[in-house]
Amino acid sequence: MGIGTFIIVSIVKIVIAVFVLLTAVAYTTLLERKVVAHMQNRWGPSRVGPFGIWQPLADGLKFIFKEDVTPPFANRPLYLLAPIIALITALTSIAVIPIGPWISLGSIHTPLQITDVNIGLLIILGIASVGVYGGALAGWSSNSKYSMLASLRASAQMMSYEIALGLSLVGVLILAGSFSLRDIVDAQSGTWLGFIPKWFLFQGQIVAFFIYIMAAYAETNRIPFDLVEAETELVGGYHTEYSSMKFAMFFMAEYANMFTVACLASVLFLGGWLGPVFGPPIVQSLLPVLWFALRVFAFIFVYIWVRGTLPRFRYDQLMAFGWKFLLPLAIANIVVTAFVVALR
Amino acid sequence: MKIMLHLVLFFIFAAVCVGGAINLLAQKHPINSALSLIVVMGSLAMIYLLLGAEFVAAIQVIVYAGAVMVLFVFVIMLLNAGVEERTAQGSRVATVLGIPGLIIGLSIGIWAVSRVTGLDKIQIGGPDVMDNTAAFGNPQAVGRLLFRDYLLPFEVTSILILIAIMGAVVLARREE
Repeated sequence: MGIGTFIIVSIVKIVIAVFVLLTAVAYTTLLERKVVAHMQNRWGPSRVGPFGIWQPLADGLKFIFKEDVTPPFANRPLYLLAPIIALITALTSIAVIPIGPWISLGSIHTPLQITDVNIGLLIILGIASVGVYGGALAGWSSNSKYSMLASLRASAQMMSYEIALGLSLVGVLILAGSFSLRDIVDAQSGTWLGFIPKWFLFQGQIVAFFIYIMAAYAETNRIPFDLVEAETELVGGYHTEYSSMKFAMFFMAEYANMFTVACLASVLFLGGWLGPVFGPPIVQSLLPVLWFALRVFAFIFVYIWVRGTLPRFRYDQLMAFGWKFLLPLAIANIVVTAFVVALR
Repeated sequence: MKIMLHLVLFFIFAAVCVGGAINLLAQKHPINSALSLIVVMGSLAMIYLLLGAEFVAAIQVIVYAGAVMVLFVFVIMLLNAGVEERTAQGSRVATVLGIPGLIIGLSIGIWAVSRVTGLDKIQIGGPDVMDNTAAFGNPQAVGRLLFRDYLLPFEVTSILILIAIMGAVVLARREE
């Protein structure tokens, strides 16, 4: 493949990935409102189109036409920079996530992934750790005490749970022997007894999966760990002072981060795109993407389900849970996994 | 072609890095200085990547640009540090002669160190322009070095860090 074709193929893949991600983000807000509404015996959005399916478009238009207010005592450059950092870091992670095997279109042979790098997982963790600045700077530069408190909470919470999150992945890395997300999925192929898939979840990483889910909910500031935007204490979190599209950028970043977390869970624990493949060639090349999308959808659905079910933690409980329970558990999981792999 | 692309990228990130470092010193507000330091850390990571050290690049971003600098920003936000007060200008001779002298001194030092240690063999573009084997900066190579060849220094360093953490905890608790 020549350099010209490579660039064109890459640009096409980037455009498709960003378009699909942003559409999915928009429709997750609708899904969330619908599911939570039904859990609370309501209907949810139902006015804009059948079953309210044009609601995300209406919300988007509303965001664009709202007045954009900048607080007079805000630190302007950083106030503008914060939502940009939040959104860029949230959207960049998708670049290394594989959604399917290699496909061939005529002479073009390309993976269903924007780029396959041998440190894929580390890149996602690195981007996530830079993403913390979005929330931290938003709160500080708004020059408002509620935003400030929320951003201090957000930074402390994300730093604390990033450790448990990172350590929960080490067990998977020991089993797979690679940081490349594509290699990690390939290491999970095959079955036991013909029907139990060899996902890392079933290869003894169930504790790691539990730690990952808990830490991921905290990283994305979702219930039961949404202390960052606890309405009764902090008005609206670190983006209290933001309005119009700037608020929408934080909102999109939050949901895009949920998608990154869900994709990572599917890749690391649930076998990525692996699943039964049959039928004519075109179906064969698209079925893996469907299996991957189903896993991501299930993970997002559980996110919403948990939101409709659980109350919020207290702040000291959140910190104690992270440092005194999840962290030792993650280290124990690494030790046990390392022993098992060494003795095998 | 590949080497030229690497060269272009190297000069871009080197310029960003030096620019960030100068901005770090020039800025008056501590939070702007901290953000410039993040830019410096990030562009250093890119230069590591150009040298073929992928693992070190990723760790540079996660540990320095991420964790360490978040703590810096955190402290600045918590202390609500204000704009720095500049003291009177230093001597003119130091300003005029200091910067060229520093550049010349540092260049000679770097040249001598790289001749002695063999660092001058490392080139932009990574392992395929170097004379040793392909496994150079990937996670496997770094892991092998850390846990086999340099196991003892690695363990000693981690114990040193552990002692530092315990010391910090003890010092922080004494106030009660």
